[in-house]
Amino acid sequence: MLYREAGDFKTSYAEDNQTFPIKFDRYAYYLLLVVAFGVVPFIINDYWANAVLVPFLIYAIATIGLNILIGYCGQLSLGTGGFMAVGAFASYKLMTAFPEVSIIIHILIAGGITAAVGVAFGLPSLRIKGFYLAVATLAAQFFLVWLFNRVPWFYNYSASGQISAPERSVLGVNVTGPNVEAWAQYMICLVFVVACAWLARNLTRGATGRKWMAIRDMDIAAEIIGVNPLKAKLTAFAVSSFFIGIAGALLFTVYLGAAEVGEAFGIQKSFLVLFMVIIGGLGSIFGSFAGAAFMVLLPVLLKNVLVGGMNWPTDVSAHFQFVIVGALIIAFLILEPHGLAQLWRVAKEKLRLWPFPH
Amino acid sequence: MNTMTENTTVGYVTDDGRQIGGTIMEMKNITLRFGGVVAIEDISFDIHEGEIRAIIGPNGAGKSSMLNVISGFYHPQEGEVWFNGAKRPPMKPFEVAGQGIARTFQNIALFKGMTTLDNIMTGRLTRMKTGMLSQAIWWGKAAREEEEHRRKVEEIIDFLEIQAIRKTSVGRLPYGLQKRVELGRALAAEPKLLLLDEPMAGMNVEEKEDMSRFILDVNDEFGTTIALIEHDMGVVMDISDRVVVMDYGKKIGDGTPAEVLANQEVIDAYLGVSHD
Amino acid sequence: MSAEFYYGVEVFLNGLMAGVMYSLVALGFVLIFKASGIFNYAQGVMALFAAMTLVGLQTGQVPFSHLINATFGLHITHFGWELPALVAIFLTVLVMILFAFLVERLVLKHLVNQEPIILFMATIGLAYFMEGFGDLMWGSDIKKLDVGIPQGGNVWVENHTAFLGGDDFYGFYLDTLDIIAAVVAIVLVATLVLFSQYTKTGRALRAVADDHQAALSVGISLRTIWVIVWSIAGFVALVAGIMWGSKSGVQFSLSLIALKALPVLMLGGFTSIPGAIVGGLIIGVGEKMFEFLIGAPYLGGATENWFAYVLALLFLVFRPQGLFGEKIIERV
Repeated sequence: MLYREAGDFKTSYAEDNQTFPIKFDRYAYYLLLVVAFGVVPFIINDYWANAVLVPFLIYAIATIGLNILIGYCGQLSLGTGGFMAVGAFASYKLMTAFPEVSIIIHILIAGGITAAVGVAFGLPSLRIKGFYLAVATLAAQFFLVWLFNRVPWFYNYSASGQISAPERSVLGVNVTGPNVEAWAQYMICLVFVVACAWLARNLTRGATGRKWMAIRDMDIAAEIIGVNPLKAKLTAFAVSSFFIGIAGALLFTVYLGAAEVGEAFGIQKSFLVLFMVIIGGLGSIFGSFAGAAFMVLLPVLLKNVLVGGMNWPTDVSAHFQFVIVGALIIAFLILEPHGLAQLWRVAKEKLRLWPFPH
Repeated sequence: MNTMTENTTVGYVTDDGRQIGGTIMEMKNITLRFGGVVAIEDISFDIHEGEIRAIIGPNGAGKSSMLNVISGFYHPQEGEVWFNGAKRPPMKPFEVAGQGIARTFQNIALFKGMTTLDNIMTGRLTRMKTGMLSQAIWWGKAAREEEEHRRKVEEIIDFLEIQAIRKTSVGRLPYGLQKRVELGRALAAEPKLLLLDEPMAGMNVEEKEDMSRFILDVNDEFGTTIALIEHDMGVVMDISDRVVVMDYGKKIGDGTPAEVLANQEVIDAYLGVSHD
Repeated sequence: MSAEFYYGVEVFLNGLMAGVMYSLVALGFVLIFKASGIFNYAQGVMALFAAMTLVGLQTGQVPFSHLINATFGLHITHFGWELPALVAIFLTVLVMILFAFLVERLVLKHLVNQEPIILFMATIGLAYFMEGFGDLMWGSDIKKLDVGIPQGGNVWVENHTAFLGGDDFYGFYLDTLDIIAAVVAIVLVATLVLFSQYTKTGRALRAVADDHQAALSVGISLRTIWVIVWSIAGFVALVAGIMWGSKSGVQFSLSLIALKALPVLMLGGFTSIPGAIVGGLIIGVGEKMFEFLIGAPYLGGATENWFAYVLALLFLVFRPQGLFGEKIIERV
């Protein structure tokens, strides 16, 4: 009763094809955008920005990227951390080499560089499938971390091996550096997220998305009906790495400010984003957001309950987190392999009929 | 009875007065081996434009392998494939699809993660030309092309009478409907040559009649050339114009259904008379 | 021949030893993959957990002591007793069997028909779970593992090879522990091969690896087989844990060895027990030799972090099924 579809007819294919075909959904989405752009920047504070919102937005981009590769195209990758590092280091080198150019341009170029690297490491996918491919991507992960550690040119020969984001501003407002304000960090990430989500949605709804999904579902049949597997897989790697590179660049410049490659972009990052994809739901943009939100909020919640509320030492709380994450992953895979996105879809189905049972 | 002899290149007229065109596909001395096993041994036959050519034979004869050779999935060690009057160089399967050859599969090869509509839309992929950048922006060219192709696909959905299931995930459909959706996907490519691998397998009499009607309609309305593998002799007799018979990788018959079924070698093959 | 050359040979021999250690971990993977088609990412964490449990039992630690202390404000850590090594090992084996039983019951049973990727991700979840669980149970500090295996450079070997390289060469330095590990690994592999080829259970295992449905239809209980396989894998994990733990102490990095086992499996094939050994040896030698010849002098060292993967990757591109795996024929 609340969630109505009656009278909501589609009279053209374009209408049928839209992202939010149900009016209720569409208006909810517009409302969300209004709140995100028009309300949150005014009420956000440092804690919420740093603990929740900024990492959520950044990881949402990375999750969308990885979801394109795994969820839409079916190519398993464990190299996400390494690719985020490429984005971060590319943006660092660009920012330090061309300080007059806007950081937005640098981040976009960094994404492009990561896309190229992604294509290079994606080439084995033409011969290797499934978790053999996952292992091949591990080669990318370990090699890239080693590279950024060992070749001093990447961190401008600094003694510590760390990279620090120089202060940059957009339209006169600081977005990086020690003096940045919470709302500015939030806004720049929000803009990137909306743009990336829009691009991802468009790519996945058309021919490109169908080619990816065909390869995912049955790659031999896909090839026989006319999909070029080389192009499809490599474009998946390219687009996915583009988003992951942007996320890495934002993580470094806006969120962390300074990074050491092994710590910030190690294999634990690859698993973190992978978990976001699984829990959120494979092959769903909404799911990418849900998964990112979940994995960002969980440690915050656990910390508040266990350390704050029950006074457990932080290391015990950290171990407990591992236990919970592991158990949740297994539970999700057993109960709902299609993740939170599917749970949401099912909930909406029920809402359409509520209060009637069927 | 028409006066057909094997492998003529000019067109002919069938019993019921349909005009069949010249050769569009020729298999010349195809031999296909897998390690020590010879799946196809020195087989030659042709397919004329607009005809319905059946490929029959006992199980294990090499029929699906032959279809795979035509699709470009298997590459014969010897022999040539000629399409549209030109020798076909070794090609990847997706390039073959681009040439206008579409097919269905013996064990249904639908994309289980997608709906009926999306599956049939994938059949249009060889004809979707907008670049990725336009697609990323969507409004304008990409949206228009999408709509165009959607229109075409809806025609096929109407033709196959599957409107009610267009938004259903194909994994949920019963076997008979899945086969129909797969046919739709092949038709969406508007192929010159349509290959059907056992389209009637696992169907009851009614379903077979429906499928036969669709196949005949496709040939009639769209003029599509059809090559099909089929076990049901009744169907073969009824709908095909000419037949190729295979057994143990060799060709043992080639002609109209009546000619072929009168052939003693063919009868022996089916009755299981032992070979040397 | 110069001392340099013999140092090179020593690196080679040490590479073989390292390879054997990798094979020990890879074996566990192969077993589980053979029997259930699952790539068990948690194998490394199982080795860590087994080693932790062994040390915990040996030294009489109170399980979950940190948790208990945090909740009830106590300060207990040990019971006060100590167990002899063999008893502790025996008890740990029982724990691993219990673990196998629980995993089958709570996880595997529910994921029977899922695609391999889902199963793989479930084992990643399991790995995280066991990691946290092990830390909660026994604490995450580094522990010394000592079950009485002698360590240190083997004096006999050193003395008997000192004649080779002239005055500058003092004989091959091979750790006794490594030699023992090599022997243990070979014995283990031989036993497993014999078991799988000649016993009834082994045959059932091979049937299950081939086709679940068919195995069920001839009366093989899938679930029993899985419990057996995971128990054996758990035992292998314990052996690996003992060897690695004696060498470098029981700590988190032990679980990362699982990651190293992956390139071993790529080379040896996922379904071959002898392949795990050969693959391990190739990776072990390859890593050490590359670092010795090219990595340390020209690339700044630490190439062992990634060389194994690149080697496996290159190998896979040319031979996707590995050295001993079965060739994959695609059918439509």
